[in-house]
Amino acid sequence: MMKPVVMLASALTLSMSLYAAEHVINQKDKAFAPGTMKVKVGDKIIFKNNDGFAHNAFSDNEANEFDIGMQKPGQDVSIEMKKPGKVEVECAIHPNMHMTIEVVE
Amino acid sequence: MKMKRDGSNVLITLIAGLAIAATSLHAGEDLSKWLRPDAVPAPKDNQITPERVELGTFLYFDTRLSRDGTVSCATCHNEANGWSDGLPKAIGIEGREGPRNSPTVLNTAYQIRQFWDGRAKTLEEQALGPIEADVEMDMDLDELLKRLNKIEGYKALFEKAYPGEGITRDTLAKAIATFERTVVSTEAPFDRYIKGDKSAIDENAKKGFALFTGKAHCTDCHDGFNFTDGSFHNLGLGDADEGRYGLKKRAAWFHAFKTPTLRDVTKSGPYFHDGSIKTLAEATAVCGNGGRFPNSEKVSPLIVDRGLNQEELELLVDFLKTLEGEPLNIKEPTEFPQ
Repeated sequence: MMKPVVMLASALTLSMSLYAAEHVINQKDKAFAPGTMKVKVGDKIIFKNNDGFAHNAFSDNEANEFDIGMQKPGQDVSIEMKKPGKVEVECAIHPNMHMTIEVVE
Repeated sequence: MKMKRDGSNVLITLIAGLAIAATSLHAGEDLSKWLRPDAVPAPKDNQITPERVELGTFLYFDTRLSRDGTVSCATCHNEANGWSDGLPKAIGIEGREGPRNSPTVLNTAYQIRQFWDGRAKTLEEQALGPIEADVEMDMDLDELLKRLNKIEGYKALFEKAYPGEGITRDTLAKAIATFERTVVSTEAPFDRYIKGDKSAIDENAKKGFALFTGKAHCTDCHDGFNFTDGSFHNLGLGDADEGRYGLKKRAAWFHAFKTPTLRDVTKSGPYFHDGSIKTLAEATAVCGNGGRFPNSEKVSPLIVDRGLNQEELELLVDFLKTLEGEPLNIKEPTEFPQ
């Protein structure tokens, strides 16, 4: 039998995922678009590579550190924003490509 | 609105005219991205002034910046060798060989990352690295500052360039960076072509340019006025140097090195970070046909075998030759501050 705390946590996670939104960031012409974005904790960011060559997206910000690795043309990669804070995103291949995500409660 | 007929309006008209020419040269294709930016970028706290250029020029060519007084910045980055040194790998004091080819200083002012692995973001961050490196100038910076502070001529030049700031790591880096910002490419036949002079480059070069922007996919990396988008790639040369991966173990940085400018590329061989490619023809074949080991999983996904035949590779080289401008003719000082 599940303990009440675990049940509560599961219910909260379920409820958060029900309300989580998806936000698309396009990678086109060696630029992220949009250049800034405000999202809520639990929301998903979908990086869409619309260029004809590989890209990447990473952030070294402690709150939401991630690295999607080598992203092929046409490939979508989804990342969940888990904590509030400012997330500086850059392409590891193209340092000219950068954008900022503000994650709020 | 009545416009004043002054210099700025003439300049605006000229730039607009160039942009129109750049757009109409290849019907429907906007070629304005190949035009030279209006100004050389410099940080707010280190704008280019004649006093800073003068000081930076002396420092750049002065061998006293190395531990034993035998090597200057210009030893490995000189105009005669396309602001590199013509060697596979850099040679520092006492004949010490460095791990990489000397990258050209040309147009580094336009780059957002410096060094082959991009470990410095600005020229100010970059400028002191080779002075301290044991395989280059091997000079302790504190000792160097003491040395420079004993030279009255330098004390006066620093005061003129950076009033009240003294001879510090900061002003030393700023002055050298300012000189480097004067090392910019001159107008090449390709620039005249882009501005509308259809006879500035020959038919083979035009075919090469079409390949460059088309089948060969060179612009995936060698893009814009400076013929680099500053991107980092693993060319799969098969050497042990891990490149940008050495800064952080990020998968995309494994054996990745910065895309170099192609301006004056005819002068700056041998090529690539390991200096292992002697000619432009070989370099073009390696880049255009999938690296040294085509179809290897270890190569960047942007380095693809484009199936370029010998004639196409030669046309690409014909085009690259049109990126060579007239010499800058920066004069090396014959006498240094005492």
